[in-house]
Amino acid sequence: MHKLAKTTLALNGVARCLFAERWLTTPKSVCRGFVCAQQNNSDGQDDVYDVIISGGGMVGSAMACSLGMDPNLEDKRILLLEAGHKNVMDSVPDTYSTRVSSISPGSATLLASVGAWEHITNMRCKPYKKMQVWDACSDALIIFDKDNLEDEMAYIVENDVVVAALTKQLDSLSDNVQVKYRSKVVKYTWPMPHQAVESIPWVQVTLASGETLQTKLLIGADGQNSMVRRALGIPTVKWNYDQSAVVAVLRLSEPTENNVAWQRFLPTGPIAMLPLSDSESSLVWSTSHRLAEELLQLDEESFVDAVNSAFWSNENQSDLVETAGSMFRTALSALMPSAGSPRQLPPSVAAIGPKTRVMFPLGMGHASEYIRHRVALIGDAAHRVHPLAGQGVNLGFGDVACLTHILSQAAFNGKDLGAMQHLLEYETERQRHNLPMMAAIDLMKRLYSNDAAPLVLLRTFGLQATNMLPTLKEQIMAFASK
Amino acid sequence: MYSSKLGRLVLGVSCLKPTRVRSGPLRPGLRTGFSWTSVCQQRSLWLRRISHTTVDPNEVRRFQSLASKWWDEQGEFAALHAMNDLRVPFIRDNLLNVHRGRPTAKPLAGLKILDVGCGGGLLTEPLGRLGASVLGIDPVEDSIGTAQLHSSHDPDLCHRVNYRACSLEELTSERPEGAEAEEVVGQFDAVVASEVVEHLADLETFAHCCSLVIKPGGSLFITTLNKTNLSWLLGIVVAENVLRIVPQGTHDWEKFISPEELEHLLESNGFSVQSVKGMLYNPVTGDWSWTDSTAINYALHAVKLRDELFLHQAEEDSPHTQDSTTHS
Repeated sequence: MHKLAKTTLALNGVARCLFAERWLTTPKSVCRGFVCAQQNNSDGQDDVYDVIISGGGMVGSAMACSLGMDPNLEDKRILLLEAGHKNVMDSVPDTYSTRVSSISPGSATLLASVGAWEHITNMRCKPYKKMQVWDACSDALIIFDKDNLEDEMAYIVENDVVVAALTKQLDSLSDNVQVKYRSKVVKYTWPMPHQAVESIPWVQVTLASGETLQTKLLIGADGQNSMVRRALGIPTVKWNYDQSAVVAVLRLSEPTENNVAWQRFLPTGPIAMLPLSDSESSLVWSTSHRLAEELLQLDEESFVDAVNSAFWSNENQSDLVETAGSMFRTALSALMPSAGSPRQLPPSVAAIGPKTRVMFPLGMGHASEYIRHRVALIGDAAHRVHPLAGQGVNLGFGDVACLTHILSQAAFNGKDLGAMQHLLEYETERQRHNLPMMAAIDLMKRLYSNDAAPLVLLRTFGLQATNMLPTLKEQIMAFASK
Repeated sequence: MYSSKLGRLVLGVSCLKPTRVRSGPLRPGLRTGFSWTSVCQQRSLWLRRISHTTVDPNEVRRFQSLASKWWDEQGEFAALHAMNDLRVPFIRDNLLNVHRGRPTAKPLAGLKILDVGCGGGLLTEPLGRLGASVLGIDPVEDSIGTAQLHSSHDPDLCHRVNYRACSLEELTSERPEGAEAEEVVGQFDAVVASEVVEHLADLETFAHCCSLVIKPGGSLFITTLNKTNLSWLLGIVVAENVLRIVPQGTHDWEKFISPEELEHLLESNGFSVQSVKGMLYNPVTGDWSWTDSTAINYALHAVKLRDELFLHQAEEDSPHTQDSTTHS
């Protein structure tokens, strides 16, 4: 980018010399008064938005709400572009949808600050208080919970409910936030970094309808295959995991308090059961592509059997590991007798919900740059993670909170919203937070994808030790709750 | 895009500012109240003087070649761009204190501000974005051209921010009988002269012109360099010769003024200095920060006293020279 800046400087220098001569000969009186009339795009003058957000998913809509509700950005023109239909949910459908997310307390705070959390709790959301994570290859387990079991750890909310709540909130912000549905972007035109003669300094967004919009700042919230990111040519570190996730809604054998999230690490990948209500839970089973396809082909009964056996069977445990594990556990409990919570057993599944099971491939992705001149990436467009830690959308909401704060400060200081100085601050702050999280998730995935004895022993000991250390667990929970 | 701050130092960040038109010295304390005839008398005095002054052609030539580089945030003027982080909040917060109860999105709405020595409009534009109507003046025409071009693209700004290629004296002396004169006399809520005062030879005229154009009770904001050994060492030797942050020859130490002298000068022209704060530039990070010491750079906020108050004060200071027409 530095080289690009230099070459454009060189080119622009020539253009500007010509321009400077033109101004030398102009009499002083012309210098006064408006220069607006000299603009080429005088008819498009009023179509310059302050912020355009490309992508109306959970993170994009949250960004639009957040900017719209900020008092320092009251007079800014904000536009949200979404290729799909408007998601209106007057009443919650009876059946649960298969795509759900775990909303951390930090994200819940953000959603509350934009006024959408109230809509979510009025529609449907399930708080859970405990999380049990255990290994299939050994007896090791770790339980996360808040001390008094009264506070919620996090919330399970369907993705559709989040988007509908944000859409409802956006409707009330129609003064300064506009939303265009069914508008697909076909082209982005980037501005030159330095002022060139007769060129428009704004980002230009061309829609499929032929309309061209201009904006001072473009926020890319268009998901893991972000067109904004690709159009900018931002180098992305990414790889595909050899795994796909199968999602479904499960009906439990008997109703229970169901405020625990369960995750078991099988050698093929983690299987997670997240509570939706007293009698239903959501399944997220990350496994190899072949197994995932097989699972989709199974009939309902066989599928339910497969789920139950994944959670309950011990066939993956070897004697060596079992002995070593129990020895280590005895040693630890001698050192710290009071630590460690009792093991619980997950509920058994009786049937699956009427919505079809779906599978989607998993991968990791990280954009090496989150920002360019007049552009910022948020959410999955900037970073994509494995669902095993339930952090994907929470990282995105974290981006929203950070970028809103930075843009609000910039506006209060009279800055041009697309200027690099404060966008760089956003990038630094978020990369510092996101990269360790992504590294940890990737490490966990790799660590648990193997059933070689040494690795199993290592992670068994590690998990048991962590389980016994409340301070360490608290640190982990705090980091994941932001 | 990740051009480092060190890279910027190599390219040579400069802290240039245009010079002002120099006029002969005016006798201090010649204020005779605010009647129109006395103002016209003052103007005729200046017009005689202005005909002998010219803008330094060397300075103008140097700035013409740089006129297109104002808006390169990583280029020669990077330090000035960074200084906005201090001077915009300084101006905004002090104006909010003086005029209370402004809406948050546009804290300076309804205020008229004059930016003297605006250059490419680096400070003019943020003030415009905060809601003020700003007039930016600068004797270098190319800089005005760059400033106008830059603000013309933005529909928010082009109606609030105007530029004129002239000096402060020319602005206050234009066509005494025309509408232009009335436009400027006592019409501005604030005057901003950032990194300008160290390039003037005649500060007395400058202070006098400022007091003419500002409304009673209005504000004057100045940022400049102090005249100390430290400012010579760091502001000239290190900044110009060693680190090349500022091009060689930009600053003349003799023209620096200490906050005490500046305060004295302003007070004798009807201002009351409200606050003086030191500023410090970090060449490694490229950031400015507030500091207790005013030894190198400082920012000053003064308020123009209402006539009755000033005359009363002037009477107290030197009762036998006044020809006052009003009495508080």
